Amino acid sequence: MAPSQKTAKVCRNPDLICGVGKFSRSKMYHKRGLWAIKAKNGGVFPRHDKKPAEPAAAEKPPKFYPADDVKKPLPNKRKPKPTKLRASITPGTVLIILAGRFKGKRVVFLKQLTSGLLLVTGPFKINGVPLRRVNQSYVIASSTKVVISGLDVEKIDDRYFAKQAEKKKRKGEGEFFEADKQEKNVLPQEKKDDQRTVDAALIKSIEAVPDLKTYLAARFSLKAGMKPHELLF
Amino acid sequence: PFKRYVEIGRVALVNYGKEYGRLVVIVDVIDQNRALVDAPDMVRCQMNFKRLSLTDITIDIKRVPKKKTLIAAMEAADVKNKWENSSWGRKLIVQKRRASLNDFDRFKLMLAKIKRGGLIRQELAKLKKQNAAC
Repeated sequence: MAPSQKTAKVCRNPDLICGVGKFSRSKMYHKRGLWAIKAKNGGVFPRHDKKPAEPAAAEKPPKFYPADDVKKPLPNKRKPKPTKLRASITPGTVLIILAGRFKGKRVVFLKQLTSGLLLVTGPFKINGVPLRRVNQSYVIASSTKVVISGLDVEKIDDRYFAKQAEKKKRKGEGEFFEADKQEKNVLPQEKKDDQRTVDAALIKSIEAVPDLKTYLAARFSLKAGMKPHELLF
Repeated sequence: PFKRYVEIGRVALVNYGKEYGRLVVIVDVIDQNRALVDAPDMVRCQMNFKRLSLTDITIDIKRVPKKKTLIAAMEAADVKNKWENSSWGRKLIVQKRRASLNDFDRFKLMLAKIKRGGLIRQELAKLKKQNAAC
């Protein structure tokens, strides 16, 4: 139910006390304009007769009746809320990845995808991190920002990262292992080109800031004396 | 044996509590343990001496001056500059700066330290060579 314009709820008969309205029945009849409705309809209230019900489609009797009563699970109407992005993470923020094969890498944030994951890129030339999705919880947002204007990441979304559908090869088990290994590891040229275009603009803005390139190339680690709860990122 | 005394006009540093790190002036002594303490941007309040670290700076005021007189006396004695130029004051400023460093700042700091170390080692090598020559 999405009303386009909500008129403010007007109360025609305010309560004097709970159960006692200000206006009498005849006054309310007049206020509600029932006389006008009657007049429009020739002295009678408009009647809405039920439409003749269409005969329900003939249901086939079920093939199978379970012996005991089957319990129906309770209906679940829960809709998960879209993941809230931390205020410190804006497009162009340098993030520190905390887990996975790229742990410790400093990486540039591009945008939040509809699934809630963050789209991130190394850039690949600088630190080997490709266009990748990362969860907000496994990331520290630093306060360093990279200028990201003029970067078009519209066409990259969750479907870009979906696994390619496995071809049905379940039948031949003997040659199964050898045939599969040769096909898996190739990255399509399209993805390599996407990476290059996204990174080209980024690398220009990164080289504009002194030392930022070496900063992104280096990994983050805790050294002696560093207390994470006292560090400012 | 003692050089810094609790007196009216002694500037002290608060070392515990809500006002941690603030410079205050002792404007009156309440009893054996507490002093009345004041600063230009603070409501005058009492503090235990255990919360205060005395500094070398004193200003010339009478017992419990009005805020305006206090501020004027602090300007006259130039407390701010004296503090910021003292070694204790400078140390605190450096500590604060280090604590406020960004991750990127820490990286740049590391690069600068490495560079400085390299230069020092170059000079040392030169001097060693000169020494070995003669």
